[in-house]
Amino acid sequence: MDSADNSAPDGRYLAPTVDQALKILVVGSFGVGKTTLVGSVSEIDPLRTEETITQASTGVDDLSGLSGKTATTVAMDFGRITLNSRMVLYLFGTPGQRRFWDLWEGLVIGSIGLLVVIDTRRIEDSFEILDQLDVRSLPFAVAINQFPDSVRYEEADLREALDLLPETPLVHIDARSHHSSTQALITLVEYAARIKAQEKVA
Amino acid sequence: MTGPRGPRRGPVRPYVLTGGRARPRQRLAVETLLETVDPEGTDLPVTASRQERMLWRMCRHRLSVAESAAHLGLSVSVVTILACDLIDAGYLVTRSQVPKAQLPDVHILQEVLDGLRRQLSA
Ligand SMILES: Nc1nc2c(ncn2[C@@H]2O[C@H](COP(=O)(O)OP(=O)(O)O)[C@@H](O)[C@H]2O)c(=O)[nH]1
Ligand SMILES: [Mg+2]
Repeated sequence: MDSADNSAPDGRYLAPTVDQALKILVVGSFGVGKTTLVGSVSEIDPLRTEETITQASTGVDDLSGLSGKTATTVAMDFGRITLNSRMVLYLFGTPGQRRFWDLWEGLVIGSIGLLVVIDTRRIEDSFEILDQLDVRSLPFAVAINQFPDSVRYEEADLREALDLLPETPLVHIDARSHHSSTQALITLVEYAARIKAQEKVA
Repeated sequence: MTGPRGPRRGPVRPYVLTGGRARPRQRLAVETLLETVDPEGTDLPVTASRQERMLWRMCRHRLSVAESAAHLGLSVSVVTILACDLIDAGYLVTRSQVPKAQLPDVHILQEVLDGLRRQLSA
């Protein structure tokens, strides 16, 4: 162990001057590119933690007719960006389905906002997530992740299909690109800043 | 037992190993930064659990709750409970504010934007 040297922590650690931690949630259904996006902007290799959610299984899809408990494992991939000597930004990538909302509840407190990643080849997979964000009035921006065989839709058509408010930012990204993913984060933070500024005036 | 920094609530309780009876207190968020108090100094009491010892060692420099969990192969909820106990017992401290419910302030968001824009030219 390197306990003899407390001035030079290894790369996993933050500088001792960092005393403010912020976060953005990256959400979207399976395979839309969340982990790819986190990895393209993170200064550390993306890390993963898993949480087991236990819930009663009494839904109509419970064919056995028995009510029991089901355990679902939710994986969260995350990375970080040290913004300056005092500030670090964490990016948490989590799936967005309803059964994960209990987990989100705690995760979302104090966050700058959410980046919703969407694959237009399976656009309907995002509806449930967008509904939840509207219900909870959380600040979010939409990032359309372009895959080689994605059809490129007009922005107006996408906005209509996704039922977005006019002010909700929508960007096209390549999640593998550092520049493109960073730009998407900037768009979200700019939007959050506008919302915050309006709160002050109101 | 009397801790090295005077009398404490008692030895760190390893109750998390018994199935997580206690609910994690809401004082810590996933991004909250942790750091061991005096990592070169006193050791944990012998009664500390293996997981508490692992976390205490992991946090000898500044690291978030989430990162500690990932590096140790534990869930965030388990690390939250372990960290709360170590904090209460005086062996671990938080190094960042736990977030309030609302959006961060505009001046903080501005700093985030400045930092992200620097990333673009980096
Ligand atoms: N061509 C292309 N492939 C991508 C892009 N983003 C992700 N992928 C691929 O899509 C798959 C799923 O991405 P992943 O980040 O794991 O999705 P997640 O489930 O949302 O975390 C992986 O094989 C990625 O390499 C992208 O922008 N362009
Ligand atoms: Mg993933």
